[in-house]
Amino acid sequence: MQVNKPEDFYKNVSKALAQPDLKMIIRRTTDKAEKKRAEAIANFPEFENARMQGQKVKDHTIKYMDHYLAEFEKNALAQGAIVHWASTGEEATKIVLDICRQHKAKKVTRSKSMLGEEIGLTHAFDNSEIERIETDLAEHIIQLAGDPPSHIVWPAMHRSREDVVKLFREFHLDPTYSEEITDLVRSARRDLRTKFLTSDIGISGSNFLLADSGSTCTVTNEGNAELTITPPKVHIVTAGIEKLVPSMAHAVPLLRLLTRSATGAEITQYITFHNGPKRANDADGPEECHIVLVDNGRTKMLADGMEEMLRCIRCGACMNHCVVYKHIGGHAYGSVYPGPMGSVLTPHLDSLEVANKQTHACTLNGRCEEVCPVNIPLPKLIRSLRARSWQKKYEPLTNRFIVQAFAALAKRPRVFQLFCSCGVVFMKLFSRQGWIKYMPLTSGWTRNRDLIEPESKTFMQQYRKMKKAKSDGV
Amino acid sequence: MSQTISNTDRTQSNAIDCLNISEKKVGLFVTCLVNTMRPSIGFASITLLEQAGCNVEVPELQSCCGQPAFNSGDDEGTRQIAYQTIKQFENFDYVVVPSGSCAAMIKKNFVEVFKDQPEWLARAQHLADITHELLSFLVDVCNFEPTGIELEGSYTYHDSCSGYRSLHVYEQPRKMLSKVKGLEHNPLNGHAECCGFGGTFCVKYSNISNEIVAEKIENVLATEADYLLGGDMGCLMNMAGKLNREGHKEIKALHTAEVLAGLAPQLSGGKDAS
Repeated sequence: MQVNKPEDFYKNVSKALAQPDLKMIIRRTTDKAEKKRAEAIANFPEFENARMQGQKVKDHTIKYMDHYLAEFEKNALAQGAIVHWASTGEEATKIVLDICRQHKAKKVTRSKSMLGEEIGLTHAFDNSEIERIETDLAEHIIQLAGDPPSHIVWPAMHRSREDVVKLFREFHLDPTYSEEITDLVRSARRDLRTKFLTSDIGISGSNFLLADSGSTCTVTNEGNAELTITPPKVHIVTAGIEKLVPSMAHAVPLLRLLTRSATGAEITQYITFHNGPKRANDADGPEECHIVLVDNGRTKMLADGMEEMLRCIRCGACMNHCVVYKHIGGHAYGSVYPGPMGSVLTPHLDSLEVANKQTHACTLNGRCEEVCPVNIPLPKLIRSLRARSWQKKYEPLTNRFIVQAFAALAKRPRVFQLFCSCGVVFMKLFSRQGWIKYMPLTSGWTRNRDLIEPESKTFMQQYRKMKKAKSDGV
Repeated sequence: MSQTISNTDRTQSNAIDCLNISEKKVGLFVTCLVNTMRPSIGFASITLLEQAGCNVEVPELQSCCGQPAFNSGDDEGTRQIAYQTIKQFENFDYVVVPSGSCAAMIKKNFVEVFKDQPEWLARAQHLADITHELLSFLVDVCNFEPTGIELEGSYTYHDSCSGYRSLHVYEQPRKMLSKVKGLEHNPLNGHAECCGFGGTFCVKYSNISNEIVAEKIENVLATEADYLLGGDMGCLMNMAGKLNREGHKEIKALHTAEVLAGLAPQLSGGKDAS
């Protein structure tokens, strides 16, 4: 599949809306997610408190980021891990590939990590001599299909069961001929098991970095992170620096929020805390453990007044509840992170010039903020990115002209009211039986809906007349 | 239990407030959509506020709340518009707006654009404090109950996003509508889901907006209600326009104030109230 670019947003949207089944396919996942989250929250009476607590933990850690990063590094080193620092995605990718090459790795297994996507690790491997094997079931599917992820929690949600049957029959060594989900999962398991055991290096992300122990935490349902990390000789973790929390006790409220907000589950099948390489008495584990801490725009966001976005724990609730995402899907955004959180992150990862159209593709209805487990004021952040974009003059000139002309009128109430009165006369010319089906300059509206016919005079004209009549009467 | 106590407290304090309300001057911010497209909402607002005992005035030098500029990121344009609104309205005891999104603009967003101007920030904050959305003002501040209004049929209610999420308008319109004789409520599936209007969004992303409103009217039609009610002209225009385009004449979209003021029987489509 052809990969969309963020700068082609308008084109991507048209393409997505023209896809007849896309809406049904998205809804299959988001409706269920929405319903299950609502049930989970209803069964979690302390949700509001947990949310406040989660927000406080994140805000505190972000505020003292330098302190906690140093503490994390010290403790991770003490556990025997090797800590790397990367300020950009390219740097991080280079560090990972260099480690793989030092170990002459031929095959690497990866457990799902959005940061890996963000820093371009998948492409870097695909352009190298090293074979990349995705072990998360959904990532496995989109790797076979050659697709980018369309959702941060369900990256293959855009693929139907029929697609999966076809892909597995084509690529699996011992494919199933059943179309039952359990048989399909078994087929993937058969295919992946041998790969887990012959992998040279396992690469994972991390949901939380615990400063007081130097541990990295993975949250999965399939156990693939454990199988990615344990058998190979080398384990590489890539993690954004915002994943830090002071300790295990601080990670727990966030875990409770994360699983409920993402899938509606109280807990996932596997939550594992990894503590450096194998120790003398351990039965298994990697001999070498590398932790690559990635900035890639995060400190810039902090300096830029976008620190609230660094609270994000990547649950995907904002996209599951977004009316725009639900109609256009993840690929249309053309970026690693789609939906409301993507509209804030992408301008920092790519550039605002490239991604400003996404910030405008939002009705600012506030549903995302309402469901965010860490109270990120997404509409406020999206609006403030529009203000920056406006200052930089990134919007199309016609849009700017219309808004500026409107503001110029609206700041002069008398002129504005005259404009409204003329507008009514103009609209009346195109009205038929209470409705306007077409009118020049309003095709954006009348293309898809009718415009109600206005009354003959504006409110102000009628009000003035009424007041005059009253005072004349007296 | 604590919820009940605080509700009682609020009702009592409102009752006290209500005794003095006729001495309080209420400025009506008409909004540009009501001014241009649907004056009957403005007159219905005056009727209801007067019935609730308010002394209503409509300052003539008013224009727009500035949302098109603010939501486009034009902070300077927003300030230019806000200066006017603040000057015109800051001396009222209350400012009432028959729209959740315009009220939320004044209550929540004016202060955003005056962060670096302390004097105007204070004036914007004062205006924010005295500004109310119409339906919540009638119930929460005036303790108003409509009397003698009859309308045969059923209604479904769309909670506009700003009113619902920024201003917590939910119970108030339903409470008042429950006093309209003959009118039944058919709840709307996804009652607080965005209708796809979003101000300039509906024109800038006309294609996405169309998909959203198409789904919205499916839900509206499924209620089989006779009236689609709401508190925001923008959302109502969007949904009514889509309903009409799709040929659904069986349901009438009206502002809640129009129903409560007894104007519903004489209103249809975009025809004159007079």
